[in-house]
Amino acid sequence: MTSLSTIPIEIWLAGGIALYMAWSIGANDVANAMGTSVGSGALTIWGAICVAAIFEFSGAFLAGGHVTDTVRKGMLDTALMTNDQLIWGMLASLMSAGTLLLVATKYGLPISTTHSIIGAIVGFGAVSIGPEAVKWAKVGEIVISWITSPLLSGTLAFVIFQITRSLILNREDPLARVRKIGPFFFFYVFFIIGLVTLFKGLKNLNLDLTISESLVASLVLGLVGALLGAILLRRAHAGKKDPGQRFSQTERVFVILQILTACAVAFAHGSNDVANAVGPLAAIVGAVNEGTDMAGKSAVQPWMLAIGGIGIGVGLATWGYRVMETVGKKITELTPSRGFAAELAAATTIVLASRMGIPVSTTHTLVGAVLGVGLARGIGAVDLRVVGQIVTSWVATLPVAAGLSIIFYYFFKGLLG
Amino acid sequence: MAWIDKLVGRSPVGPMQEHMTAAVRCAQEILPLVEAMAVGDAEEISRTRAKIDEFEHEADEIKHAIRSHMPRRVMMAMERRDLLDVLDFQDSIADVAQDIAELVDQRGMKLPPELVDPFRALAKRSVEACVQANLIINELDELVETGFGDREVAQVEEMISELGRIETETDELLDVGCRCVFQLEDRLGVATVYWHQLLLWVADLADNAERVGNRFRLLVAR
Repeated sequence: MTSLSTIPIEIWLAGGIALYMAWSIGANDVANAMGTSVGSGALTIWGAICVAAIFEFSGAFLAGGHVTDTVRKGMLDTALMTNDQLIWGMLASLMSAGTLLLVATKYGLPISTTHSIIGAIVGFGAVSIGPEAVKWAKVGEIVISWITSPLLSGTLAFVIFQITRSLILNREDPLARVRKIGPFFFFYVFFIIGLVTLFKGLKNLNLDLTISESLVASLVLGLVGALLGAILLRRAHAGKKDPGQRFSQTERVFVILQILTACAVAFAHGSNDVANAVGPLAAIVGAVNEGTDMAGKSAVQPWMLAIGGIGIGVGLATWGYRVMETVGKKITELTPSRGFAAELAAATTIVLASRMGIPVSTTHTLVGAVLGVGLARGIGAVDLRVVGQIVTSWVATLPVAAGLSIIFYYFFKGLLG
Repeated sequence: MAWIDKLVGRSPVGPMQEHMTAAVRCAQEILPLVEAMAVGDAEEISRTRAKIDEFEHEADEIKHAIRSHMPRRVMMAMERRDLLDVLDFQDSIADVAQDIAELVDQRGMKLPPELVDPFRALAKRSVEACVQANLIINELDELVETGFGDREVAQVEEMISELGRIETETDELLDVGCRCVFQLEDRLGVATVYWHQLLLWVADLADNAERVGNRFRLLVAR
């Protein structure tokens, strides 16, 4: 055990900013997904925070390694730079993304943390060493995924909504149908979570399963989920029948499914966004340890993911409850059946991207999903001006993050070099 | 993810239904108005007119709110144009009811005994057409909820057909009423024109209700 005083200043700095980012990711993002379940009275605020924190942490810890690896070393040819350059650059990237996050929180701009980090890393890489240091093919792949991930989740949401429509809503007795069909969705979510984490994924726990073993384990997890779902759906109170609002009972039972999908979003979010906080940290720790006896262990280590996951959890607990309170009190036009379709589609897309090590934006993926449900004539009104704002900030974030990170790079070079 | 809440804008469905309810309330006041005309109760007539004015004003406010909350760059579950057309026809129900009440109040019109039954019959059926149209508009949230599912659409189409049948009946009742008025033409003198006009307006309530239904059919069938 190294004593605290031997830990270099760079790691303290990086750790601090990474914690701040993890905290902020937890404070804002997930609280919203859970807010509707709180508002409908299906979960208490602390219940929602506990459930969300568990799934966020699991996502970050069990499935967050792939994207973290990409952020750590996937985009730059680290062989071309010295360890110091890598440390200054990653610190600059963290600072740049952290600053943008502050601005986004203060002025309510739809800035994606993922885009900030990617833009920042590419920015310092291209300027400090030169464009040849950037693995443009990989960066191109990531940027294309920012277009394809909303498209994919939109298409999925469209399909999922059509399925709920033809199997549940457009039936003689939608209330009975939702209780009957619901467990299948529970199975799907738990099965996917199982596959994503178990399939070559549990190195953290030194658990190495073969393909067939992980398939069987995922199936079992899915069946357990389906059973849990069947019990929850059976016990869900539908409330009184209201002839003027014939679907109010069905929607009330749909809340159970929306809690499930909010959990799935929390898991997916953890698996993808934890990298924004700990990816650069992992790179810095790796560079600092190089040449020491820790050199061989420069890969993403479980404790880093754990710190990211805990940071997100603390963010949820300290600030998330406020967000949940406001979201819960608001009358949302996104009814549980729509929230369910959109969240299930987004979670599936994000988790797939995480498994492939591609950093995508959770918000953008969800926006794509909501548009998909809207295209299926499922939502009264979708404000396309918001889509315009998000696309604008999408495009603007990259150069701004890159510019900031270049400035911070020279700052750290002067300070530490 | 707070952006998701901003993305899902305020749905026009609820306000559309509120507007229709207010407009149909105007139409429903025509029934007590006819009774007041039958006995020539000028006070009751102006009271009823005041009520209609109030509901009409309420409908107007909702209409303006809907229009200003419907920017072009909003993707809705229904065509923007169709929705605004339905809204216009809903609104004309309130306007026509107001026209009727104004004329009756300003001219202090008392129904000749021979005209009471034809007026009553036409007014009753016209108001029923409006109420049927209101029931149809009330299905809009269920339509959106099911994503315009076949089952729900079929049910609404049937309701619209029923509205058509009611409107056809009001045409017949209008014919009967007009004939009654023209038979009394010598005795009524210039008032003939006004009674005729009132009958046309009362029948207009049903016409506008039917237009609401027909436009709604287009909106549903996109």
